[in-house]
Amino acid sequence: MNYPAIWVIFRKEMARFFRTIIESLISPVISTSLYFVVFGAAIGSKIETVGDISYGAFIVPGLIMLTVITQSVSNASFAINFPKFMGTIYELLSAPVSYLEIVIGYVGAATAKSVLIGLVILLTAFLFVDLPIAHPVVMLALLALTSFSFSLFGFIIGIWAKDFQQLQLIPLLVLTPLIFLGGSFYSVDMLPGVWRTIALFNPVVYLMSVFRWSFFNTADVPIGISLLAVAVFTGLCLAVVWWIFKTGWRIRQ
Amino acid sequence: MSSIISVRNLTKTYQSGFQALKSVSLEVEEGEILALLGPNGAGKTTLISTICGIVQATSGSVTVGGHDVVRHFRAARSLIGLVPQEIALEPFEKVFDAVSFSRGLFGRPADPAYVEKVLRQLSLWDKQDSLIMPLSGGMKRRVLIAKALAHQPRVLFLDEPTAGVDVELRKDMWEVVAGLKAEGVTIILTTHYIEEAEAIADRVGIINNGEILLVQDKADLMKQMGRKELHVDLAEPVQAVPEALAKYGLALGPAGRSLIYTYDAHGERRDIATLLSDLNAVGLRITDLATRESSLEDIFVGLVRGRS
Repeated sequence: MNYPAIWVIFRKEMARFFRTIIESLISPVISTSLYFVVFGAAIGSKIETVGDISYGAFIVPGLIMLTVITQSVSNASFAINFPKFMGTIYELLSAPVSYLEIVIGYVGAATAKSVLIGLVILLTAFLFVDLPIAHPVVMLALLALTSFSFSLFGFIIGIWAKDFQQLQLIPLLVLTPLIFLGGSFYSVDMLPGVWRTIALFNPVVYLMSVFRWSFFNTADVPIGISLLAVAVFTGLCLAVVWWIFKTGWRIRQ
Repeated sequence: MSSIISVRNLTKTYQSGFQALKSVSLEVEEGEILALLGPNGAGKTTLISTICGIVQATSGSVTVGGHDVVRHFRAARSLIGLVPQEIALEPFEKVFDAVSFSRGLFGRPADPAYVEKVLRQLSLWDKQDSLIMPLSGGMKRRVLIAKALAHQPRVLFLDEPTAGVDVELRKDMWEVVAGLKAEGVTIILTTHYIEEAEAIADRVGIINNGEILLVQDKADLMKQMGRKELHVDLAEPVQAVPEALAKYGLALGPAGRSLIYTYDAHGERRDIATLLSDLNAVGLRITDLATRESSLEDIFVGLVRGRS
């Protein structure tokens, strides 16, 4: 293993994060606060409780997931797309680094950033609502796993995208709808019959459900199925990354 | 001298169907400076990129320091530093960080003292804290070289190091290259400036249409280049070269109106004075004299035209 390489890639990516610390951390905090004001206070006062959880608290796991997923994808996709765009990827390709080391460096850094952002949102949430965390260890593990799998997904998008438009395409067209329809702000049980069935095809529902379970001990879908779905998604992303590097697709001519 | 790079029957066909390399074989000796000369699109960059691992070869093999560049890519690539043709740098990175990053990427533990040495060598030390973005083009190119040298490579590839660089900087660059050679670094540079190959290379390889046309010692090439022709225009045409002038090996010009004397500009014997007096002696009246030197450019153009 080329540990110095993993370390410098990781450190460089984290340096970018800390160089733009204001944008990196303050903006998720502000948007989270806005969601609390709009959904928690304004609309939430009409809804009051979902099950026996206050609406303000209910949306916290959804908000964290929403931000963590979008940040993971955008961070990881940018991190690998930028060198491609600038041409600096030549150095990565000509260095004695294996694919695994490249992925660990980039995806590792994107994961770490997302976990940090997730924790900051969680801390912000404590300012607004009383929040129980039923299974803190599981919650942290899920936060890390989600950050990791969507960073991998972002990494794939970053390699696939030929320009900045394409870089925005998947997050905008696929990810945002999936997240919003994935039960970030409501329980799938609240959906009318047919829509509930359709929702079950949305992988984000499973993620959201198990993450919410780690807070409130109640879930829309069985925990086992949720964990399986998350594992399958992560496995799929890993397989695609492995294939990309094996064939040099869109990286090596 | 032993080969540090050995390229065997390397071919590369891009997905578009364009064949950039047609069975190229090349041996590069340790410690030499090899200039690869060729027009745009000749395959210079593809050759370098394949050796460095950026492009996958269609067939053939490359070893660097005895390590196959595909099977033992770690060992092979650790020996190589690459300065690309295009300036590709992250604009918001500091010079020192960029060079340290390259060192780590090539598996070397951090060594600020060595990075400092490289930066000083390239007159970049006072810019170490500067972002890359505001640097001039020449400075950016130096940063690229510093990045390539950060892991103490034994082989340095310079892809068009002086393209778009002003004369002064070009001279500086040549000095840097000479300094590296003195440290025992093997240098392969591509260029389409013949002047550059003449100035710094030990050997010159000419590449065109994905083929290496020749690889030759520069001194030998210079000998060929050093051939000069003296054209003597005559007032009256002659049918044949006069008997008395046979020892000069003269050639008859068009319509017998001139005589052409070929001689070695670098040679000891220069017979021009005696030739002229001998011409006088046989009663040939001279109207004009012209000398012409064959240059690397002629050889180059001749080879490139001849094959394409």
